[in-house]
Amino acid sequence: MESSGDYILETRNLTKEFKGFVAVSDVNLRVKRGTIHALIGPNGAGKTTVFNLLTRFLPVTGGAIFYRGHDITHEKPAQVARRGIVRSFQISAVFPHLTVLENVRIALQRRLGTSFHFWKSERTLEVLNDQAHELLEAVGLREFADYVTVELPYGRKRALEIATTLAMDPELMLLDEPTQGMGHEDVDRVKELIKKVAANRTVLMVEHNMHVVSDISDVITVLARGSVLAEGSYGEVSGRPEVIEAYLGTAHA
Amino acid sequence: MKRIAMGWVALVIAGLIAPFLVYPVFVMKVLCFALFACAFNLLLGYTGLLSFGHAAFLGSAGYIAGHTIKVLGFPPELGILAGTATAAVLGYVFGSLAIRRSGIYFAMITLALAQMVFFLALQMPFTGGEDGLQGVPRGMLFGVIDLRETMNMYYFVFAVFMIGFWIIYRAVHSPFGQVLKAIRENEPRAISLGYAVDKYKLLAFVLSAALSGLAGATKTLVFQLASLTDVHWHMSGEVVLMTLLGGMGTVFGPVVGAAVVMTLQNYGAEIGEWVTVLTGAIFVVCVLAFRRGIVGELAALFPVRKP
Ligand SMILES: Nc1ncnc2c1ncn2[C@@H]1O[C@H](COP(=O)(O)OP(=O)(O)OP(=O)(O)O)[C@@H](O)[C@H]1O
Ligand SMILES: [Mg+2]
Repeated sequence: MESSGDYILETRNLTKEFKGFVAVSDVNLRVKRGTIHALIGPNGAGKTTVFNLLTRFLPVTGGAIFYRGHDITHEKPAQVARRGIVRSFQISAVFPHLTVLENVRIALQRRLGTSFHFWKSERTLEVLNDQAHELLEAVGLREFADYVTVELPYGRKRALEIATTLAMDPELMLLDEPTQGMGHEDVDRVKELIKKVAANRTVLMVEHNMHVVSDISDVITVLARGSVLAEGSYGEVSGRPEVIEAYLGTAHA
Repeated sequence: MKRIAMGWVALVIAGLIAPFLVYPVFVMKVLCFALFACAFNLLLGYTGLLSFGHAAFLGSAGYIAGHTIKVLGFPPELGILAGTATAAVLGYVFGSLAIRRSGIYFAMITLALAQMVFFLALQMPFTGGEDGLQGVPRGMLFGVIDLRETMNMYYFVFAVFMIGFWIIYRAVHSPFGQVLKAIRENEPRAISLGYAVDKYKLLAFVLSAALSGLAGATKTLVFQLASLTDVHWHMSGEVVLMTLLGGMGTVFGPVVGAAVVMTLQNYGAEIGEWVTVLTGAIFVVCVLAFRRGIVGELAALFPVRKP
């Protein structure tokens, strides 16, 4: 095996079966530190399942996952998150009945080490407010800080999700379709945001919007029926006949 | 926030004058059940866990308090502490076993464990079986306050209630409470933010069980009796009813719910067995028409203005 120094995340023959159905099959993924790596593929290709395996939300059937050289294949999901792999979800993952500010603060508060302190006032969390406001500012949500999250429009909720993920200051950020269901303007804003936050971290994202993928990703891995079909830059990957076929194939199905 | 402050003031005033307006023993009963429902609400309303075995904590704490006071000669305050501690330990056992599952499985595990406690209460000699543990002396609180005096007893119960209520209020509005709400709102998200959610659920469960025990132990002192009624699964159902009726996930809802259910049972006793049907009907109407419960619906009628 060559040195894993350049790669923050590696999988070896990662496999997931659901009752005999192979959703992820022998995937060898290598994510280079400091890049934006896109994982694309038709519906049902297994992208979200890969995310669930990487973040340990699902147990693997076979293969191994290495994060910064550590074998994390059998760690607990919360433990993996604390190591610095933080994910977003394909379906908007916010805390709907908390305020926008509280959403971000939940991610920040674990660092205070008081999360089990049931005898302390929640006012002790206010020391985090400045930082939370800054994060909200970064995603254009500053003026929404005191809204109950459920009242935000969809695009804003996704932005809040990114702010919350950022609050963890993750080394590796996994974004599952961050622009899904958004209007043009929101898509551009989120795209710029991802580019900005990727300046000092690694991003692995699942994305269907090819403008976003071609504009900001350094490497693209194409997944189809659970296997890696192609890998390379957008230029390299997009012209390959098997990739086009995989996409057209499902379009016709 | 203002509204919460008003609620507190109203609660304290109501608690102070109630025994002059209503039969004090009845108010004490309401207070015990209100604390029980609030403790239950910490789990259901703020953590999103439906336990169907909370009678085990109420009842076992009652037996232990009764036994330590009557047989071992504990002073009332120590007897209550012993009952509360027992419920906490039992809560730890129940919690450790149940939180690995969610939803209906969680509820069923708590129910099954509570049935085991019921069986033990029926069989063990110190509980008095069907007759219950009778004639528990109220004794002298801290060696100075004579609890045989009804008013002394009342204000003691009121103080216990306020302390328990305050602990729950504090827990809900604490850094810990924030995490609980996050778990209730979106558990996978909370995990992905690095929270080992099972540990938080377990602590919530133990707190809830301990405070349910506090309510049960105090109740034993009020009625000088610990009986099977309090460990019966009916009681586990009743606390769900009180909490939903009053408004789960609201601070004052369970207090209102407990008061309504107790009033119905007490003053509706004239219609005999039919009171169960009446309570059931009210519950069905409430769940169908006022999903947020009494306090929840009132709060929704008068929303806090947006900042
Ligand atoms: N928990 C599960 N149990 C059984 N089958 C599953 C489970 N999760 C996913 N699958 C199946 O695995 C396959 C891959 O699903 P996955 O959600 O990973 O696809 P995806 O690439 O994320 O698709 P999309 O672009 O639609 O989000 C699908 O056929 C899906 O039905
Ligand atoms: Mg998906």
